[in-house]
Order: sequence, then structure tokens, then C-alpha cells
Amino acid sequence: MRTVTSREHTNREYEQELRRLREQLLLMGAKVEEMIRGSIRALVERETAVAEQMIAFDKKINQLELEIDELCMQILARRQPVASDLRFITMALKLVTDLERIGDLGVNICERVVELNAEPPLKPYVDMPNMAREVQEMLHEALDAFVAADADRAQRVIVRDRNVDAYYQQIFRELLTYMMEDPRNIFRATRLQSIAKYLERIGDHVTNLGEMVVFMVKGKDIRHGGRQLE
Amino acid sequence: MSVGAAAAKPAKLPARDFGRTVGNRLGDAAMALSSGLAAALVLAILAVILFDVIKNGVGHLSMTFLTQAPKEGMTAGGIFPAIVGMVEMVVLMTVAGVPVGVATAIYLHEYAPASARLTRLIRIAVANLAGVPSIVFGLFGLGFFVQFLGAGIDKVFFHGDKVYGQPALIWAALTMAVLTLPVVIVATEEALRAVPNELREASLALGATKFQTVIHVVVPQASAGILTGMILAVSRGAGEVAPILFTGAAYFLPHLPKGLSSQFMTPSYHVYVLATQSPDVDATKPILYTTVLVLLALTFVLNIAAIVVRARMRRQSGLAH
Amino acid sequence: MTAPAANVTPATKLTVRDLTVYYGEKKGVGPVTMDIAEKHVTAFIGPSGCGKSTFLRSLNRMNELIPSCRITGEVKLDGDTIYGPGVDAVSVRRRIGMVFQRSNPFPKSISENVAYGLRIGGLKDEREIAMRVERALQHAALWDEVKDRLNDNALGMSGGQQQRLCIARALAVEPEVLLMDEPASALDPIATAHIEELINEISSDYTVVIVTHNMQQAARVADYTAFFYMGELVEFDRTDVLFTKPSNQRTEDYITGRFG
Repeated sequence: MRTVTSREHTNREYEQELRRLREQLLLMGAKVEEMIRGSIRALVERETAVAEQMIAFDKKINQLELEIDELCMQILARRQPVASDLRFITMALKLVTDLERIGDLGVNICERVVELNAEPPLKPYVDMPNMAREVQEMLHEALDAFVAADADRAQRVIVRDRNVDAYYQQIFRELLTYMMEDPRNIFRATRLQSIAKYLERIGDHVTNLGEMVVFMVKGKDIRHGGRQLE
Repeated sequence: MSVGAAAAKPAKLPARDFGRTVGNRLGDAAMALSSGLAAALVLAILAVILFDVIKNGVGHLSMTFLTQAPKEGMTAGGIFPAIVGMVEMVVLMTVAGVPVGVATAIYLHEYAPASARLTRLIRIAVANLAGVPSIVFGLFGLGFFVQFLGAGIDKVFFHGDKVYGQPALIWAALTMAVLTLPVVIVATEEALRAVPNELREASLALGATKFQTVIHVVVPQASAGILTGMILAVSRGAGEVAPILFTGAAYFLPHLPKGLSSQFMTPSYHVYVLATQSPDVDATKPILYTTVLVLLALTFVLNIAAIVVRARMRRQSGLAH
Repeated sequence: MTAPAANVTPATKLTVRDLTVYYGEKKGVGPVTMDIAEKHVTAFIGPSGCGKSTFLRSLNRMNELIPSCRITGEVKLDGDTIYGPGVDAVSVRRRIGMVFQRSNPFPKSISENVAYGLRIGGLKDEREIAMRVERALQHAALWDEVKDRLNDNALGMSGGQQQRLCIARALAVEPEVLLMDEPASALDPIATAHIEELINEISSDYTVVIVTHNMQQAARVADYTAFFYMGELVEFDRTDVLFTKPSNQRTEDYITGRFG
């Protein structure tokens, strides 16, 4: 695993703590990926059981958030990290928040899926799975960029959010026509629109992840258009 | 160890002395014993001398003895002129020698570059000076001070009259000053060395010149040690005979020294005189012993004073880290 | 490289250009080029033997006390060169003061310690001396503790108090720059905190340059930090930048504890 600096800490315990933190973050990321995959599968294949499984799965994600927060606190208190270590710890705290939010959004998707599966399908799902796949890939890329400490890769993830937004606009317009055609479609259309909205917000969160990776690697804060006080 | 043998003697723990043998322990004891004996021997010699002197000398010691002049060819009376002469000589010697010695030590320690040839030359000179036999100083004083400087002064100021071109208080004092120079220099240097460098740095960092630092920080801090040196010099000067033999000491003077060009009496020389030139040995013996007692007492007092001052100096600099 | 404060570049008090210190044939530190900001705190950090103390001492010509020491390059205080031919080291040290690692008060009274610099500078007016002694002791946050015992021997004070006394002594001559060579390294944490607070306060009136082997101290106290390693200046920047995103890998490795 390539890290920001290839040398190791003189203090081995500290080195191990950082390593564990990294591992836990990646574990949480993997679980969140699984969450998104599972929830879309539950939608497309109309599997309520899977949806319910995913909702329960969120507990594990929340548990990891608590663990990682605790680990970060300990490192901050005992090690007084500076420079790259400091950026890593503070970003880890924020990464965890975003990942947990993505997990919650996954739960929300599953809740809508359960409601949808009680009714016949409104239309074949084409765009939604594509949008979901885009978001999934973005998350995967962001996590890879984190592991590889690759700011350029993270940058590319941020750019892809445009596609996600485009998908959302498209889906929304389509659902709007369905709703205008027939009021009986409204219940299902609004549920689908919610799911699309959730996916779009997941995309935003993944963008945040990308921005944090850039900061961690380069020390440059590119959030909110990158305007800094310096 | 078989059971049978164990039954005969009480069981002994195996020796775990890490290699210490009986021989080693005997060696320790022998060392302690012999060094203790040596110290006791030194004390014994001192005690014998003191006892002898005190026993034979204390009888004659009195205020009159110290304030009266010798009478009847040294067979009676006191040693007052000798005491006066010694005091005057020592004062002159100190005034002449101590400033030169202190200044030399300050130069050597504070200013001279440690590896320069001149510095090394001066140090060698001081060391050699310390080893010169005191009779040689006496001859030096005679040749240089009395016969050269003194005669020269006479020619210039006194139209050839013999005033300074003969043994005189001033020349004896100067000779003694030269003799005690190494003592003053060494003691002063030791005192200067004991002043921590941090104090010098602190002073210089405040914008003081080296001279200001020496005057206001180093010398005050070293003053106790310098004082020690002075006391040791005085102690030496009070007791030496050979340097003043040809340069100023007199066998007998009917009056106290009148000025720098006078000769003078001194207890150390007086002892020699009493011991070798006395017309009546039995009469002068008690006077002799008492004079020796006075001289010894003086030496002791001075040396103890030096020790006390040095101890106080060590305690004070112990406060500063 | 000068590091600007947020949108504001502070005035420069000391400019150093290609300063190199040699001990005989061996190079002690350098060449160093830096601008030291006026009325700010600049810290030098680095492992033992990296040359930071040597460099500090060359700023007030204290290195000259070592016979084999030779200096090339230039240091200017407000445009006045420090090492010019005919520039008196004594006058330099009146404008650039120094506090040492181990406190070194004179074995005199507290007030005489503080007054020392004034007296040797030629000040004779006793009232003025007393006033400036009081002011210096107040600057050093020591006045309240000692105002009733100004004639006591300075050596009877605690280590932390002695060090503050040395700071007061240095401030009494009102230098423009105060150099501090690991001033708190011999003190316990509470005394250290007092010294750091003191540095914070006096930095609004004096330019402070401090050498410290404690990185966290530099992070707490300094506006600008310079990292020295093996006789070279590796990086010099605003403290918050150096400690969050240093530009040099060696700096990064040192401050995160990856070596040394």
C-alpha cells in the first residue's frame, strides 16, 4: 500500500495505529459500496428481502463510524500529529461522516424499494441502474485514490459528478411526464424520484470524498471552488 | 557433598563473591591500614614539633616579649623590632607583587590566546620561577636590585652616596615579591578558572566589553580565590630567610626601620641569628623557642585563614549551579 | 524565502545573506539566506548538531568568542551590517540581546542583575535605573514576585524565576532583537509555559528568535519556523504552513517523527 510518505514512523505503535485507521476506513468504504450495490439490486430485481438485509447492514457501517472516530481521537490526543499525519487524521474524521451519510442514503433507497415492490413496476429501469453504476464506480475510484494517494484520480472522480447530475435531470424529466400522464403513477413515480435524488446526493458525498483526498495528498483545500484566505 | 559430610559440619552456602578472593580482601585491609598509618605518622611528626616548641616556648611568651626590643646582646628582651620589620616588609611585598601577579593571571586566562607562543612562554617562565631555590632569589636581589638598581639610583639622585646601593627594606620586599609571584599567579588563575564561562557570556551578550566583564563580573567572582593567593604569599613571605639575607635583613638594629632604604629585622632571620650567633646559648634558648612559636603561630593563622576563605568561595560558587 | 503572513508581509528586521560559519576548516552551518520578520517570533528547529544554535549565535556575533570561528556572508540589522570592518561587536550586542539555555544570573542582587546592562552602558542616574529595572521585571512577568526582595541574591530564586530574571536583564537594555537559545529546555512544564507566555507577550514589542529542540514548542510559540538539518537550512516558512503542509520531504519526515 503506497502511502503519502514511504518512510515509517520511528514509533512503531504510532505506525500501527495509523495503519489500523487506514484499514478501518477502507473496510467502511467497502461496506458502503456493498450497500449501494445491494440496494440497486433490490430495486432492479424487485427483491424485498435484499432490501431488508441492506437496511440491517447499515448498523455495521454505523459501528465502524464510532470505532474510527474513537481511534482518531486517541491518535490526536496522544501523538500530536503534524503535517501529512495531521491532514490524514482530520480528513479521516470527515471521510467517515460522508461514508456514514452514504450508508444512510442507501437505507433510504431500500425503504423506497420496499414500498415500490408492493406495486407493479412503473417502467423498465434503464437510467436508474446506469446512474447507480456511475455513482458506485465513483465511490470505488475515490477509495482507490485514497489508498494510492493519487490526487489526480480523486480529481477525476470530482469531475464525474456532472454525469450523475445529468442522469438525475433526465430521470426527473421522464418521471414528470409519467406523473402528468396518469395520476395513478404518482405514488410510484415519486418513490422513484426520491431514489434518484438519493443517488444524486450520494454522488455529492463522493465528490466530497474526492476533495478530501486531494487535500490530504497535496495540502490544498479545493472545497467550495478552492478559494482560500491566503 | 555427601549426606555424611553435611551431617558433620553446618551446611555452608557456596561462596558467591563474584571472584573476590581472600587475597583481595586482605589487600583491601592492608591498604586501609598502611594509608592510615602514613597519615598518623604525618600527624605525629607535626605533633612532636608543636609539642616541643610549645612546651619550651610558651613560658616566655608575653605581651612584653612582643613589644620590647632585644636587650643585652639578645639574651633578654623581646622581638618587637623583628615583628615591625616583618610587617613592613610583607606590606611592601604585597603592594608590589600582588597587582603584578593578578594582572598576569588575568592576562593569561582571559586575554591570551591559549595556543600562542607567548602564552606558553609565560607559563613556562612562571613554572620555572616557582622552582627556583630561594637562595638564588637572594642572589638575584643582591645583584639586580641592590647593586644595579640601587647603585644606579644612588648615582643619579644621591651623587654617589650609598643610600639605596645597599641592603634595604625596599629591595628585600621586591625580592620577596618576585619569589611569591608564582603563588599569586597560580592561585588567581585557579580562581579565574572557577568562574563559570556562562557568566562571561551573559555579560558579553549584554553589550559589555571584555574589560568590563573582567572587572565587573569575573574578578569579583574570583576575589575569594585571589585573596587566598595573597594570604598564601604573605604566609610564605613572612617565613622565608634566604632571599632577604643579602637584600635587607639585619642581625641587629638599635632602632626601627626609618624608611625604604633602611635595613630591618624579621623573626625568621632572628631565629637563625639566635641559634647560631648567640654569646650565651642557655640564655637565648627560651627566647629562641618563643620566637619560633610566634612564627609558627603566625604561619598557622595565615594558612587557616586561606583555607577558610577558599572553603567559603567554594560554597558560594556551589550556589550557582 | 520569506513567508508572508495572510495577505500582509511583515517588515524585515534582520536580513541574512549566504551566511556560513566555519570552525577552522570544518563548516558548522550554512550558507543561510533568510529574512527575519520584525516583532514576530521566529523559531529554529532541527535535530542536535544541525547548526541551529551556531547560526543563532552568529546573529549577535557571539561566535567570535570561539577562536577558530570564521564567518562569511552578511547579516544586516535594519540595513546596518553587523559584520562590517570597523563594526564593534559590543554595539551589535546592545541592539541584539541573548538569553541562554541554562539561566546564568550574576551572583548579585536581583535588581543589580537587571541593572547590570544599564550600568555598563554608562547610565548613571539611579532613578532612571530603578525605573527601567522595574519596567524590565514587569515585562518579564517577574515584578510582582520580586518587588519586595529586590536586594536578595538572585541565586536564591527557582530555576524558572532565574530564567525570567535573565530575560528581564536582557530586556532592560531595550534591545531590538532578542535571541533565545533553548530558553526553556532546563525547566519543568509549568515554568516552560510561563516562558512561552512571556515570549508571546514580548513579541509585540521585540523581534524574537528562538532555538528549540521541542517542535511542539515551536508550533505553539513561533510565527515563522526554520528547519535546519546537518548544517543546512532546509525549509523556512510560516509555522502553520510548515506544520500542516511542509514543502520539503526532509521537513515532513522530521516533524512527523519518521526519523531523528
